[in-house]
Amino acid sequence: MNTTETKSSFQDKLDQDLCIEPKDTMPDEYRKHLIRQISQHAHSEVIGMQPEGNWITRAPSLRAKQILLAKIQDEGGHGLYLYSTAETLGISREEMIEQLHTGKAKYSNIFNYPALTWADIGAIGWLVDGAAIVNQVSLQKTSYGPYARAMVRICKEESFHQRQGYEIMTNMMKGTKEQQEMAQDAMNRWWWPSLMMFGPHDSDSPHSGNAFVWKIKRKSNDELRQRFIDKTVQQAETIGLTIPDSDLKWNETKNCYDHGEINWEEFRRVVNGNGPCNKQRMTHHIKVHNEGAWVREAAAAYAKANAK
Amino acid sequence: MDTQLDLWEVFIQKKDGSEHAHAGSVHASDSKMALQNARDIYTRRNEGTSIWVVPSNYITASNPEDAQMLFDPSTEKVYRHPTFYVVPAGAKQI
Repeated sequence: MNTTETKSSFQDKLDQDLCIEPKDTMPDEYRKHLIRQISQHAHSEVIGMQPEGNWITRAPSLRAKQILLAKIQDEGGHGLYLYSTAETLGISREEMIEQLHTGKAKYSNIFNYPALTWADIGAIGWLVDGAAIVNQVSLQKTSYGPYARAMVRICKEESFHQRQGYEIMTNMMKGTKEQQEMAQDAMNRWWWPSLMMFGPHDSDSPHSGNAFVWKIKRKSNDELRQRFIDKTVQQAETIGLTIPDSDLKWNETKNCYDHGEINWEEFRRVVNGNGPCNKQRMTHHIKVHNEGAWVREAAAAYAKANAK
Repeated sequence: MDTQLDLWEVFIQKKDGSEHAHAGSVHASDSKMALQNARDIYTRRNEGTSIWVVPSNYITASNPEDAQMLFDPSTEKVYRHPTFYVVPAGAKQI
């Protein structure tokens, strides 16, 4: 099939708001964009297990430990849904892991921050998963069928993650003065990085142009960030937490909140490898991956022996 | 020598964007015939937008006797559902 034909059948489907499926013809750039985005999404789910895993042995009750384990298990599962989605585009699992380890593929910047106290587990579930949900809900309408279906499944499962985080924050705000301060401290440290999760401002977003034309992205970074702020402020106020932004105020005319400047210098510094945990996250992933090599070898050897 | 040919499982995508779901099976000598037969048997009334066929012997199914062991444990894990959590009065959109 020649390039013009590829373009027109692809464009026809997009124009009619139909899904693109693995066997459909698609421009190379569309395929590349999706591989980059979906593998980054998958890596984020998997790396995101680390800051939370840090608290499994120190969860304050058996109930809290069961919930945290279930949540982390979900993140691992979500990573696997997304890796298999990316595989439908012709990239192998080995290549994706290689790209993560060499730094060619990124993961969400938020996981380069540490979970210092138990309140951080609350803030991660409520704010980080809350921000991820806003983004993922909009991706349920993305143009690539397997990605859209993975998002539907993930959103359904993720609804408990945010609630368990909010529950932790709610309970701490009902606790001692020290517990309340701990919750507010976690809020102060996670609020701005959560806003950065939506990426640069629309006026400064390098990957957005084609992503809109191809209907991969359905809402802009700023639109999604605004939606997250507008729903989260009320939740913070309800339990007595303060949003650490002195410029935050309700804008009657626009019918949404105005917020202060995001520190993009910090964002760039962390994205470029100089956040508090970048090295730790990657060292851990590489170590665990290499330590698991014997399991994959043993499984392959067993299958080979049994095939004879 | 008479033969009923090989067994293939058929998966149909019912409409744009939906997943492929198991519809039934067909007999065929190769994948091309299996697709053709699946099309003739399972999509006569506009039921599909895409078909997958898989040789039946490539499908490994769980044993019904193991169902309890496999699936019951998750019923105890009620905390995996959002309804397990009490949202404080007044909190919205969570």
